[in-house]
Amino acid sequence: MRTLAYRRPTSAEEAVELMASNPGAKFMAGGSNLVDHLKLGVASPELVVDVSALPLDVVEECEGEDGHLLRIGANVRNSDLAAHPVVRSRFAVVARALLAGASGQIRNQATTAGNLLQRTRCVYFQDVTTPCNKREPGSGCSALDGYGRYNAILGASPECVTTHPSDLAVGLAAVDATVVVLGVDGERRVPLEDLHRLPGEHPEADTTLAPTDLITAVELPMSHPDTVSTYSKVRDRASFAFALVSVAATLRLDGGTVDEVRIAWGGVAHKPWRAHVAETALVGGRLDEDAVRAAVDDELDVATTSAETAFKVAMVRNATTMTLLRLAEEAAR
Amino acid sequence: MDSEIRLVVDGTPHSLSVDTRTTLLDALRERLQVTSPKKGCDHGQCGTCTVLLEGRRHLTCLALAVAHDGAEIVTAAGLCHGEGEEQGDLHPMQESFLEHDGYQCGYCTPGQVCSAVGMLEEARQGHPSYVTGDLTADVDLDDAEIRERMSGNLCRCGAYPGILAAVRQAAGR
Repeated sequence: MRTLAYRRPTSAEEAVELMASNPGAKFMAGGSNLVDHLKLGVASPELVVDVSALPLDVVEECEGEDGHLLRIGANVRNSDLAAHPVVRSRFAVVARALLAGASGQIRNQATTAGNLLQRTRCVYFQDVTTPCNKREPGSGCSALDGYGRYNAILGASPECVTTHPSDLAVGLAAVDATVVVLGVDGERRVPLEDLHRLPGEHPEADTTLAPTDLITAVELPMSHPDTVSTYSKVRDRASFAFALVSVAATLRLDGGTVDEVRIAWGGVAHKPWRAHVAETALVGGRLDEDAVRAAVDDELDVATTSAETAFKVAMVRNATTMTLLRLAEEAAR
Repeated sequence: MDSEIRLVVDGTPHSLSVDTRTTLLDALRERLQVTSPKKGCDHGQCGTCTVLLEGRRHLTCLALAVAHDGAEIVTAAGLCHGEGEEQGDLHPMQESFLEHDGYQCGYCTPGQVCSAVGMLEEARQGHPSYVTGDLTADVDLDDAEIRERMSGNLCRCGAYPGILAAVRQAAGR
């Protein structure tokens, strides 16, 4: 591990200033991902700006410009957020996405913003002896013809085929969350759906944020009382593993027809994949197995698979169908 | 770059100077000779370095020591309680591990014990898990719940049946 300096700012503004005056510095909150990268040599910042002591650890209901919302401080621990009464009762998809991620110990350490900004677990990204465009732009992509079980099937590019590892991000994508960002020019709001980006020619950039941007909070518009939601994760072992495929979904029925449905997928793209095409196909119709399968297939029209990832098409279709049919049962109760 | 930090480990305060790169695990083991937490994978995947940090189960291999200046840490060794003649009395979780043979080589055991103690407190506070059916109901620590909640601790000997029985007993089931 390279020698590094360490600073612990006492305000968000100071944290942003420190980053602005130290190019190549990295923010650290819980540190579960960054410390691993320091050890692996994947990251070698000269300065670590530890923002974990900033007072951004409150979950509160408040009034936003577009109505009632739940505001989650950037430093709220994953375990505390999953246990929060409002998250459990009104945002089951978010609670279950959090609980699907990592282990009890890591959820006690990892923060809301840090979870969103965690980096891919592609084995080549984490192995500094191999080419990887995300880690070393221009060096090539080892995953294209290598171990590809966790590769993307949507929105990938010849430069990068990896997937974003966060479960929380997928859950938040399904509830129209907004990220509050403090940058050098002040505060702004970024829809969660626009936070992460597809790889294109620049897979080294995971998000649309500048390196100096600090996420200070995540805001969730309060769900309709009749909305039900959940998160399903398919993985190689029952627990403590990243998703091959995951499905975050929210559903509100009006009688037998779909009033509102939101679907986001994990494990299939460089970002949480919000399935807008499938949602549009389902709204206004009856929610049954055939309808969901057809809607998912509409969305997956643009999928590209390899021999290593071909199984994911059926896995997404089945997991989405199972998840939505269960939600429909719950909504009808 | 060195930093002066203070750690309270198993009730004993320590002041030490650490290089910024030092993990909490290495500070404990290599600097303070507190060898109860073990170094397994060193990448957050096995849980054997688990301690109770400010009362909550926490990995020490993925934490920089400098970021935990002033922290109160309890290791599996520090879970023994009592003073004077009673010093060294085992914690009920440790007794339970002994009773149910919840270990073979014993390497993962300190992490398992700390994790189990932290997990029971999380459950007592009503924290749900991924296998919890009703997120808003009281926690019922059945075997599936215990397995899921202990899944961050790996045992390469495969002593899981004994560990499960030990945690079940300590949970009062």
